[in-house]
Amino acid sequence: MKRQVPLLITLFVGTLLIVSVFVPPLEGMQENSTLFFDIIAVFAFFLGGGNLIRIHLTKVARKKGDWEYSLVTLFGFLLMLSSGLFKIGNPGDIAAAVDTPGSWFQTIFFYMMSPLNSTMYALLAFFVASASYRAFRAKNREATILLVSAFIILLGQTPFGTMLTSWMPDKFSVLEIPNMAVWVMSSPNLAGQRAILIGIGLGVVGMSLRIILGIERTYLGEDKG
Amino acid sequence: MKPLLITVSLLSLMTAASFAQSDPPVEQPMATDSTMVASTPSITPPAPVSSLEAKDSPDDHGHSITLSWEPSADDGAGAATVTSYVIYHSTSPEGPFDSVGSAISGATTFTHSSAKESDAAGFLADYVDRYYRIDAVTADQTIRTPSSVVGPVQSSGQWYNDGRTPVAVAVAFFGLLSLFFLKRAKAGADLYVRPLGGIEAVDEAIGRATEMGKPILYVLGLGTASDISTIASFTILGRVAKRVAEYQTHLIVPCYDPIVMAVAQETVKAAYMDAGRPDDYKEDMVYFLTNSQFGYVGAVNGIMLRQLPATNVYMGKFYAESLLLAETGALAGSIQISGTDEVAQIPFFVVACDYTLIGEELYAASAYLGREPLLLGSLKAQDYAKAAVIICALLGALALNIAAASNATWGLTFKEFFKVTN
Repeated sequence: MKRQVPLLITLFVGTLLIVSVFVPPLEGMQENSTLFFDIIAVFAFFLGGGNLIRIHLTKVARKKGDWEYSLVTLFGFLLMLSSGLFKIGNPGDIAAAVDTPGSWFQTIFFYMMSPLNSTMYALLAFFVASASYRAFRAKNREATILLVSAFIILLGQTPFGTMLTSWMPDKFSVLEIPNMAVWVMSSPNLAGQRAILIGIGLGVVGMSLRIILGIERTYLGEDKG
Repeated sequence: MKPLLITVSLLSLMTAASFAQSDPPVEQPMATDSTMVASTPSITPPAPVSSLEAKDSPDDHGHSITLSWEPSADDGAGAATVTSYVIYHSTSPEGPFDSVGSAISGATTFTHSSAKESDAAGFLADYVDRYYRIDAVTADQTIRTPSSVVGPVQSSGQWYNDGRTPVAVAVAFFGLLSLFFLKRAKAGADLYVRPLGGIEAVDEAIGRATEMGKPILYVLGLGTASDISTIASFTILGRVAKRVAEYQTHLIVPCYDPIVMAVAQETVKAAYMDAGRPDDYKEDMVYFLTNSQFGYVGAVNGIMLRQLPATNVYMGKFYAESLLLAETGALAGSIQISGTDEVAQIPFFVVACDYTLIGEELYAASAYLGREPLLLGSLKAQDYAKAAVIICALLGALALNIAAASNATWGLTFKEFFKVTN
């Protein structure tokens, strides 16, 4: 019974939503069903916050490995929560806006959260460089094709690439580096992406059917087909 | 006496002047929007729109009228350049007409629906006679030329969205194909499914972690519990957790979303129970980190570098963090298996991970890991559907090229059959 009820709900709701795609009067159901998810998501804050406090408090209390990091996490979480929820450090009263200029919440957000986020994002540039170095080493035929394609595309984006082949006569314009870069992006690259997207589309339908029909139940914690 | 007369005269003049100043300027009668027409003699009014048609919007639940027209001859050109069109509506051909919206120059369609303009009932009522008129308007808004009034037209709802027939046919075809192979699988047919390197590596990776005595890190991505890729990831997590429980290795599942965390906790707990080792399940295996994208990256990267997991598994929805995670994992020396349906992130995973499930392979992974006949049956149906798509694409390309070469229209008819209009 514990398994049958969720499976029946999945079958009913899934079938209804598939039908609603083709029946205009039922179209609103798709939006309405997401409202249920939004309502649950509101309570997720308590779920997530509660779990975070419990896990890290336990770690600190038992002095488990790297418990100092947990202490920092708890401190940051409680500081942000109290300055936002109880308006601690807010020049206005409890009814003031959470982002009142000069408030702790705003100061922490702009001068700690944002720079930290930007720092992490900026690391991407270095990781792209190191990943490119690994990917573009011409170890085999495929890697060599990748290297040549990347070289053409990178060069095609620069004025130097344009300058290199601008002397070519018009009838050979297809061999100009910027044109070759456009061709690589719009033909083989796009074809590959579309093939992947078609596969994803079929995969989504297949997965949905397996879930709706109750064949795939692992997400319910049942390892049986 | 003379000075007195002069003083009185001056006072009279000043009073008259002050009255004249306080009098409001005489206004020209302002024409209402619905009656305003070109009236400035020095500027030629623009040409009106032509071929104005108003129809019930097709394939919808009603409450909507679609207007279409040919642009004014002065649209973007001419003595009085038309910069916009104002759409007027009335329930009587004589008016009064009210403005229900506007369209920029060059536009040829407009949809009058409940979202844009409401009737007294709160929405555009169906089965009511409606009349429309469009004014071609110049930049200064004062010079405008109305079109002729069209109508009556009524909005009404349809029970079937005709424009999505190709989708319905495709879904029905795929559904029947799936049912056929499910039936075959139930009957015990031996269904061959192409092996996937990434999936076959899962067992090897768990074994490696066991030998090294190091944990396995499973990252569910940044998706929510309603994303199909996250649901697919749950199914893989269930299989992985069961193997981990059997091998008695440690599993770490840091989560970005609290609901995802709750589902993942249940999935892992159930997997440990299925493996016959419920006591080995620990509450701190699956936990919430943060809802901040780069905060999550920082925390997971920290786990990778401090705990040095033997294996990192990334399955689900990933964005810019994909490379940040995978590169850190590569630097930490972990075996990495990834899978996502985000096309833009696949190259990053391919470069930085040892095995990558590309697109649909993510959805197939659970079935491969389970090897249950019913699941494999649906995968077989997927393969045949792909073959059908390839055949249709080839036939379509061939038909369009032959039709174009011979100036025939049947090629377009073939193309139209696959067109989803709404």
